[in-house]
Amino acid sequence: MAPSYRDDPDAIRALVQPDRVHRDLYIDPDLFALEQEHFFANTWNYVGHDSQLPNPGDWIRSEIAGQPLIVVRHQDESVRVLMNRCAHKGSRLVSAPSGNTGKHFRCPYHAWTFRTDGSLLNMPLKAGYDGTAVHECESGRGLATVKNVRLYRGFIFAKINDVGPGFDEYFGESLSSIDNMADRSPEGRLEIAGGCLRFLHQCNWKMFVENLNDTMHPMVVHESSAGTAKRMWIDKPAEGPKPMAIEQFTPFMSDYKFFEDMGVRVFDNGHSFSGVHFSIHSKYSAIPAYDAAMKAAYGEERTARILGLARHNTVYYPNLTIKGAIQAIRVVKPIAVDKTLIESWTFRLAGAPPEMLQRTAMYSRLINSPFSVVGHDDLQAYRGIQAGLHASGNPWVSLHRNFDEAQVGQPDVTAVGTSEISMRNQYRAWARYMTMAMGAEQ
Amino acid sequence: MSDIPAATERQLIDFVVHEARLLDDKRYEDWNALFTDDAIYWVPLVPGQPEGLDHTSHLYEDKLLRDLRIERLKSPRAFSQQPPTRSLHLLQTPTVEPADPARTGEHRVRTVFQYTESQGDELNTFVGVCWHRLVVENGTLRIRQKRVDLINSDAALPAVQLFI
Repeated sequence: MAPSYRDDPDAIRALVQPDRVHRDLYIDPDLFALEQEHFFANTWNYVGHDSQLPNPGDWIRSEIAGQPLIVVRHQDESVRVLMNRCAHKGSRLVSAPSGNTGKHFRCPYHAWTFRTDGSLLNMPLKAGYDGTAVHECESGRGLATVKNVRLYRGFIFAKINDVGPGFDEYFGESLSSIDNMADRSPEGRLEIAGGCLRFLHQCNWKMFVENLNDTMHPMVVHESSAGTAKRMWIDKPAEGPKPMAIEQFTPFMSDYKFFEDMGVRVFDNGHSFSGVHFSIHSKYSAIPAYDAAMKAAYGEERTARILGLARHNTVYYPNLTIKGAIQAIRVVKPIAVDKTLIESWTFRLAGAPPEMLQRTAMYSRLINSPFSVVGHDDLQAYRGIQAGLHASGNPWVSLHRNFDEAQVGQPDVTAVGTSEISMRNQYRAWARYMTMAMGAEQ
Repeated sequence: MSDIPAATERQLIDFVVHEARLLDDKRYEDWNALFTDDAIYWVPLVPGQPEGLDHTSHLYEDKLLRDLRIERLKSPRAFSQQPPTRSLHLLQTPTVEPADPARTGEHRVRTVFQYTESQGDELNTFVGVCWHRLVVENGTLRIRQKRVDLINSDAALPAVQLFI
């Protein structure tokens, strides 16, 4: 009989060994339910971007692991994160993706109203509550709010539970990737632009997150797409101008040496980025009007430093991954143990010429769309794992590549780019945040 | 601009039906040859999307990218095509729409469709409206733009692997 993980944090910790993890992390529905309840509530998750809320009353719908949220610009200009659940009977207050609510939300069912900080404003026929206990319980206090909210260079993060480290300690030095992305704007400011691709993956969310710093797969998985793109351009002069699509596809076919030398850096709490020294984004052709705007804003030397940092993927564990060099992010939304929605957003660099957003939009379309020939083969790999892990005989997933005992538990390690250290690091954090509050609640 | 070669309504409708047939028969090179050199095959991301450069699309493909898609499918390492996907376009009778006055010599055809992909035990269906902008080049009809407006273009979608 399968073990039950509920109320057994030791059994959960035993699923993560220093150099491998148990298959139940990917295929066990009970563990998935516990993740929704514990792991995602104990970690800092990305819930939206400041540029989506220019005015007071502006809101977007968001979620953390299935919990419906409203992210709203309050009257005092601060950003608030509220549970999208009427204090009365539980109805969602807003159902569209975004909007402006003015000074209050009004429930579409019984017209209870709430200020944009969540406090209860009014309910119809108020006298009907005279002498009842409604004002002494949760319902009378208004909407449940998420207290732990932090904006960083426009990125809005929230943590549902109060346990665990604060924002700065949680992300630490990994925030330099967000800095680099924002610094790539001559005005130091990012704006969400160009739409959101929403791609359903029939796999556990962890396969997607792991893959972003998995540098041993591109030349294998993407041979049919990136390899074909490379072959189609092979007769053309190497130094001549290349179409942007060829420039974006072919680096996926770089050899093992390239990815080894690229380097990977991992941080406490599961964060990591590959491309410490260079990446598949390093050799894109310059866009002269952009370079000029950057130099005018930052000067020659600082511009070179900003643009010289062309990291590959940075994983802000668990739900955000960013590509600073291409101004695109992917947000991970776990739906079921074998179902995950990946939302890809793109950014305009404020003060940059339109070619920059066009390059970003093209990259996202070529790589992140449900129609992407790159994405199709990644998904095939994830689905293959989701099915394959049901086999008996070996319940463990190997993460041994370049394992070094001395690196375990260090808060900031740079390693060879093809190491599986980023995954080992993710699962150490997973076990910690999964079990952090177990036994503490009623 | 009076010497634009005309095509009859019948020819336009037959052309659109033929185009879908080539896709479902997996005659992709013949299909790609229907496009003009500057043509775009486009699946917008949002309803009413005005253009495909400043905004992301599901797909916005010139000849190079269409060639790449077709070449990839020949690779024994196109892993997502194991087993291969089959496609079927179910078309409502296309209607010839008033031409865009800004685009002299173009014909505009609107076709309501249901597109299905089947792979192994899975079946996915997509519904929408397809817009063809067609021109006569060297005596034959060619596609200058094929735009596919999915009714749920902004929804969470599974992988769409072949040519819609």
